[in-house]
Amino acid sequence: METAQKLNDTAQTNPAARMAQEPETMNQRIPYPERTIGKPLCDDPKMSMRNVDVFYGDSQAIYGVDLDIGKNEVIALIGPSGCGKSTFLRCLNRMNDTIDICKVKGSFMLEQDNIYDPKLDVVELRARVGMVFQKPNPFPKSIYENVAYGPRLHGLANKKFELDEIVESSLRKAGLWDEVKDRLDQPGTGLSGGQQQRLCIARSIAVSPEVVLMDEPCSALDPIATAKIEELIDELSGQYTIAIVTHSMQQAARVSQRTAYFHLGRLIEVNDTNTVFTAPEHALTEAYITGRFG
Amino acid sequence: MQAGNLVLLLVALGAVFYFFGWRRSYAVSAPLGGVRHLHSLPGYYASLAAVWCVLPALALLGLWLIIDDAVIRTNLMASLPSSIQPANEVDYNLLLNQIRNVAGGALNPAFVPAEVVAAAEQLVAMQARNQQMMSIAFVSIAVLGGVWGWSRVQPRLRARQQVESVMKWMLMGSATVAILTTLGIVLSVLFESIRFFQKVSPVEFLFGLQWSPQIALRADQVGATGAFGAVPLFAGTLLISFIAMCVAVPVGLMSAIYLAEYAHRNVRAWAKPILEILAGVPTVVYGFFAALTVAPAIRGFGESMGLTVASESALAAGLVMGIMIIPFISSLADDVITAVPRAMRDGSLALGATQSETIKRVVIPAALPGIMGGILLAVSRAIGETMIVVMAAGLAANLTANPLEAVTTITVQIVTLLVGDQEFDSAKTLAAFALGLMLFIVTLGLNVIALKIVKKYREQYE
Repeated sequence: METAQKLNDTAQTNPAARMAQEPETMNQRIPYPERTIGKPLCDDPKMSMRNVDVFYGDSQAIYGVDLDIGKNEVIALIGPSGCGKSTFLRCLNRMNDTIDICKVKGSFMLEQDNIYDPKLDVVELRARVGMVFQKPNPFPKSIYENVAYGPRLHGLANKKFELDEIVESSLRKAGLWDEVKDRLDQPGTGLSGGQQQRLCIARSIAVSPEVVLMDEPCSALDPIATAKIEELIDELSGQYTIAIVTHSMQQAARVSQRTAYFHLGRLIEVNDTNTVFTAPEHALTEAYITGRFG
Repeated sequence: MQAGNLVLLLVALGAVFYFFGWRRSYAVSAPLGGVRHLHSLPGYYASLAAVWCVLPALALLGLWLIIDDAVIRTNLMASLPSSIQPANEVDYNLLLNQIRNVAGGALNPAFVPAEVVAAAEQLVAMQARNQQMMSIAFVSIAVLGGVWGWSRVQPRLRARQQVESVMKWMLMGSATVAILTTLGIVLSVLFESIRFFQKVSPVEFLFGLQWSPQIALRADQVGATGAFGAVPLFAGTLLISFIAMCVAVPVGLMSAIYLAEYAHRNVRAWAKPILEILAGVPTVVYGFFAALTVAPAIRGFGESMGLTVASESALAAGLVMGIMIIPFISSLADDVITAVPRAMRDGSLALGATQSETIKRVVIPAALPGIMGGILLAVSRAIGETMIVVMAAGLAANLTANPLEAVTTITVQIVTLLVGDQEFDSAKTLAAFALGLMLFIVTLGLNVIALKIVKKYREQYE
């Protein structure tokens, strides 16, 4: 805040500096809210995060975020690039552990369990909180093996037919079964981009997670494949808790029940998706959803 | 002038014409309003002038050096008086050598007929004249070429394209030299091998179980019954290579996995170069390490356990060769493991796999073709490795699978066959070429397979 204030001061006294700052000043002229506007918390949360700070080395990426994710809801995290929404998402199943310089502070609860408890088994956590990545990343194995990977790791199937059942039901849930049932032994990398992404979704729901995190799952896909994934998310909601990071506001509006707006590491506003898109309370949210920056 | 000096002179001339070409390109562009009105940048015009100076002259020099000896020889021999004209080819070569030796001062003129001395003097004169003519022709071609190139500097001249195409041809020429050399080596080995196979049947060579490359000089010589069955050599080579791979593959692979997946950046920064130093140790050092340190240690240890161990056991040579090969495998495997996209690891970790499960089930399978390629390259390196086995493996061609006995390898036998005075028409010497050919075919085959696998691997996770 102080820096922002200082920048504003220089901008007013020095026209040249003001010119140079122009794209930034618009963001900074609007002050951040004292605390997150709207309804960041809910009554029956699946996951609840409090006072979350994330640092990459010396630079802070997330500032004091409080957020609950309700049971079986789809929550969309939106915001301009670099606002920390993906970083926040990756904290939820501790994928940030793989980045050396990343430091996470705050409390993260998955129902009764503290996610960052040193005694908690990260393997078990990730089985409960699955993740789908921005770019489809099927393993260079057959379609069957891709889906069977997780169940095998966690010993979910004792017999071959049990595994077959898991693979089939996961692929069905992901809406991919009819397209691939005749070529389960072919490499997953041979599928189209949209099919690969649905394969990745099938792969992550094969271990029956409670929460599925999706990090811009459609950003590498064409509109038709995107529509299919959105349809799929819609079908999955109700069975799974889903947190989806997206750059597309239409997507957020279509698939989510709640929307959280991040801005430069701060959680500005959380509300029912309808409210956020029709009657945003904070000026920054409004500026973003009306396309004034992004 | 000597050819070497001529080339130095040519470099200087090229530089001079580069300079003049540069100047002229500025001069012709001045009336147009600057170099931007030229078709190409001044550097291209200058390079073109230099190319016109250098390339024709070099071509001339090469051609001249190829034919001048034959021309001089023919002229010299034709000018000899009929009294000493040679009758046949052997005499011809003898006489020619005599004349050359006298001309070169290696033979005292007092020992040869006066005609030969005269011919030698004539040879010296001809060589001097040849040298002179060559220098003159060379310099004038260089200067003429340079002037021609310089005079062509015009604003519309497409110098850039011409220089680019000269570059392309030069690069292609270099590639061709490498390919032709390989071809030449293969052909020479092939022809000598054919000569060998005329004396010894290929069936005996490929399937014979006895290796004792002796050829009798006299009918009653002792122990002169030669046998050219190469199977013991192949078996020995394979045994030693196998032992080497047993050491190198696990150690190399695991160290690569450690460096690529577990090691902290700082550890990797110093551990990797140190590992690669192993590849820089001369093989002769490994050789005496094997012969003087490892082999006696193994023998001592074996004897303390009541085993008979040869002083030059296959085990010692194989172990040390394995150590030598570790960095090949670890550095190739490290490269392919690091090349596996991070997205693969993330995907696996996000499904709740541990790091070692991720490595075992995703990273290694994805990198496997590349690792296999690296291993095959290492195998062909092991099979062709010479120095260690020359020093540490035996000479006796035993057909055995016991690593504690002495065995010999193809490369060791090639060295033994070719060290010392040789007659190049005996089967004993020619056997070396046949062995070399086999070695070449085997390693070539392995390399081809390795490259195929590596190529396939590249397409896998695109």
